[in-house]
Amino acid sequence: MNDTLLKVSGLRTSFFTDDGEIPAVNGIDFTVHEGEILGLVGESGCGKSVTSLSIMGLLPSPPGKIVGGHIFYKDEDISHAKESRMRQLRGNDIAMIFQEPMTSLNPVFTIGDQLKEAIRLHSHLSKKELEERSIELLKQVGLPRAKELLKEYPHELSGGMRQRVMIAMAMSCNPKVLIADEPTTALDVTIQAQILDLMVKLNKETHTAIIMITHDLGVVAQMCHRVAVMYSGKIVEEGTVKEIFNRPQHPYTKGLIESIPDLHDKKDSLYTIKGSVPKPGSITRGCLFAPRCEFVMDKCLEQTPELLGEEHKSRCFLHQG
Amino acid sequence: MNEALLQVENLKKYYPIKGGKFGKVSETVRAVDGVSFSVREGETLGIVGESGCGKSTTGRMIMRLIEPTEGKIIFQNRNIMELSKREMRKARKDIQMIFQDPFASLNPRHTVGHIIEEPMIVHRMGDKKERQKRVEELLELVGLNAYHARRYPHQFSGGQRQRIGIARALAVRPKVIIADEPVSALDVSVQSQVLNLLKDLQKQFHLTYIFIAHDLSVVRHISDRVGVMYLGKIVELSECEALYNHPQHPYTKALLSAVPVPDPDVKTDRIILQGDVPSPAHPPAGCAFHDRCPAAMDICSKEMPMLKTLEDGRKISCHLY
Repeated sequence: MNDTLLKVSGLRTSFFTDDGEIPAVNGIDFTVHEGEILGLVGESGCGKSVTSLSIMGLLPSPPGKIVGGHIFYKDEDISHAKESRMRQLRGNDIAMIFQEPMTSLNPVFTIGDQLKEAIRLHSHLSKKELEERSIELLKQVGLPRAKELLKEYPHELSGGMRQRVMIAMAMSCNPKVLIADEPTTALDVTIQAQILDLMVKLNKETHTAIIMITHDLGVVAQMCHRVAVMYSGKIVEEGTVKEIFNRPQHPYTKGLIESIPDLHDKKDSLYTIKGSVPKPGSITRGCLFAPRCEFVMDKCLEQTPELLGEEHKSRCFLHQG
Repeated sequence: MNEALLQVENLKKYYPIKGGKFGKVSETVRAVDGVSFSVREGETLGIVGESGCGKSTTGRMIMRLIEPTEGKIIFQNRNIMELSKREMRKARKDIQMIFQDPFASLNPRHTVGHIIEEPMIVHRMGDKKERQKRVEELLELVGLNAYHARRYPHQFSGGQRQRIGIARALAVRPKVIIADEPVSALDVSVQSQVLNLLKDLQKQFHLTYIFIAHDLSVVRHISDRVGVMYLGKIVELSECEALYNHPQHPYTKALLSAVPVPDPDVKTDRIILQGDVPSPAHPPAGCAFHDRCPAAMDICSKEMPMLKTLEDGRKISCHLY
């Protein structure tokens, strides 16, 4: 459980536009251990998707560019690896599934074509073996009538089934790390429950580590082991799921947890975090959350807090004396 | 509180699918298939369900933005189905709507002031000066500033745009507001701000809401009574507390158990439903839910259950009761 698979240190990713440099990810550190599920939560624009694209080497470049920091897979720095090396890693070692399963499947090829293509690129199997392996994969993700499905097109499948196909494709070469970018956001709750169940099952069976990127704290609480909370391009708090939900330290994490309406208890009015997320790069001095924080001190406007702590880290002066 | 302000009886919307030679109607999609409910003055009726269950169609039919195939809508003792187009336009002064996507529901070429003023022009309310004063009042009421009237929608964030949508709906002093997924496009921290605003406005102006959403926790937070829809029908309708604490219909139970709870210490016994929602063009015979229902009996595949009223006033359509 404690072997480090992926280590991100001081990663900074910026987008260079006509309006200048926009720091989408502004110095983040985290590690992913073998077999664990790490949750990466935050609201829109906090940089969680850019983080995953940086790891995969899939940043649209230009305008995106990794301007600092390192990404270590095992002991190799892949932050500026060559495209040919990334191709070997992608799929075999690190795989990814996306939010919208309709746009990540090609509408003019059958499920079988696309699934077999993914396997063929990474292994040398005969035609017959390919067919068998595809059927086996579709069965593994709980899809019925796997054989017929191979001949169908993406539009003939429902959203939940498409996401299962995406998972099958990502798992086809037994990756060590699976990055899931909002995999259930486009799905209904009953289907979401099926997919989350499947991901936890695969994690247990194959021991694949999962980075779960989501905005839904419910999803994190139910399936992750550890969680990192992102705000405006930085990690503001990190720890085990139990620690974060029971003893949140950063005011942003607290606010986020409290502003969710409770399914089992009715309150008169909800807690709110005032204001809205700042534009990346608009705050250059002090703590990024200071303008919205209710515990703001003079120090917060002057100095930038560091992410400190042992098991439970937070980026807030309130907990750093 | 007990007077029914709006009553919907056996509302239906069928869409023909034309195919074959001469555009013959080959099938019909039963988007909404016999929905009945009543809304009391000053209450919030929540309507939940998964995508494609007909909740939005129901909301739009009450406004007659979609013309119902069959059924009655009685508002203030008048069947608004019998109104002419011109009379209907007048009636819409009392029933207003808030839409889901704050990016699509505001005209990008109009200033915010004009957007909010427009319904008042349509309904010939006041002169120009009075209207402009009202626009400023409304903007401040929803938590924006009077000077925002001169700006354009693209200058606002998602949460602020939704506030503009709310101000526009309030402009003509309606009695009923139909809110169709008003917070689903927003981040949690902004979502709670908008939910609180909607609750405050309801108290202040004694508004009646029909709140349509897929997020069960949000609906619980805001609603007095909740109706659960599945494949164009209401399967359970009850007081909010009773529905959430003691769900009776197997679908409601499954739906509630599927919601990921943002608390790692709560381990819910999830009821994972098999398969997907069937197509409304080919609903299963008998009870539409029977092929996914964990408690299905023989009768369920043969006879369609009627909406019954239980002792506690709960309405349910299931053969178990």
